[in-house]
Amino acid sequence: MEGELADMGRYIGVGLTAIGMGGAAIGVGNIAGNFLSGALRNPAAAAGQTAMLFIGIAFAEALGIFSFLVALLLMFAV
Amino acid sequence: MKSRRAGPPVFEGKTDVAEASGGLVIRPMDQFEVRPLFGGDTVGIFTITNVTLWMALTIAAVTLLMVVGSRGRALVPTRSQSVAELAYSFVYKMIEDVTGRDAVRFFPYIMTLFMFVFFANILGLVPFAFTTTSHIAVTAVLALAVFISVTVLGFVINGASFLRLFWVDSAPLALRPVLALIEVISYCVRPVSHSIRLAGAMMAGHAVAKVFAGFAAALGAAFFVPVLAVAALYALELLVAVIQAYVFTILTCVYLKDALHPHH
Repeated sequence: MEGELADMGRYIGVGLTAIGMGGAAIGVGNIAGNFLSGALRNPAAAAGQTAMLFIGIAFAEALGIFSFLVALLLMFAV
Repeated sequence: MKSRRAGPPVFEGKTDVAEASGGLVIRPMDQFEVRPLFGGDTVGIFTITNVTLWMALTIAAVTLLMVVGSRGRALVPTRSQSVAELAYSFVYKMIEDVTGRDAVRFFPYIMTLFMFVFFANILGLVPFAFTTTSHIAVTAVLALAVFISVTVLGFVINGASFLRLFWVDSAPLALRPVLALIEVISYCVRPVSHSIRLAGAMMAGHAVAKVFAGFAAALGAAFFVPVLAVAALYALELLVAVIQAYVFTILTCVYLKDALHPHH
């Protein structure tokens, strides 16, 4: 499909992918918040788990990045 | 692909925030344009571009720190040597903690990855610099190298029993084929997320900084507000640059652990 209507739909779709960013934000916030509440209960064990914190954040963030990928595909590849 | 011209620029055209807001033209994606350094318009495989230049500078910086900076091998380290030792022991401890002691023999590869990504991210923050890691082409090569070497390594070390990585023994029997399918998909999607995470984080940060810098030009007397915002963003970007290098390396360690110990 060509023309203005298709372009409009594409831009709307690109905007909608920002919702995925919100999902990733909820996930990352959940992980960081739970880590903090656990770390405040047992500060001695916190230092050893920071690597797990970052791995968890990376995995949660990956799904937000997929929405970014969809936006890129819509903008430049479709 | 209808509106794409042939040639090197990856992001062009539709990206200005622009015309609608009355003469204010911000082109946040122009900084990511690949262009030849020594004239000419076409980019071939062996053309020297700004990417080539900044990758060479990255390697020079790593060499300067790790080879030249710690050449003295003093018992009481100099400043540059202690920074190099800090980086060395940081990566060494990461591999020991995440992957296990038997993965230490892959230390040179992981150290190389970390130093390259780290310095590429940091050098990209220099004003007017080109951020090589903001291009998916660059990070995809890094991530594919990790993916292929880890997969080959898994089969070489474990043989066919590497496939047990996808066969979840603790699940009910009826669920296992479904889980195996999901595990295979999530395994194959790893290089995608591995590369786009780094490129996306770097590109997004730099584009946002550029947009705010464009506001400063448009606001006239109130220019200091977006300039302060850019300063704050810059501090955040420094943090992001370090964290993304760390995350890239630690995920390499996690993938390597799957190759060395595929049994859940």
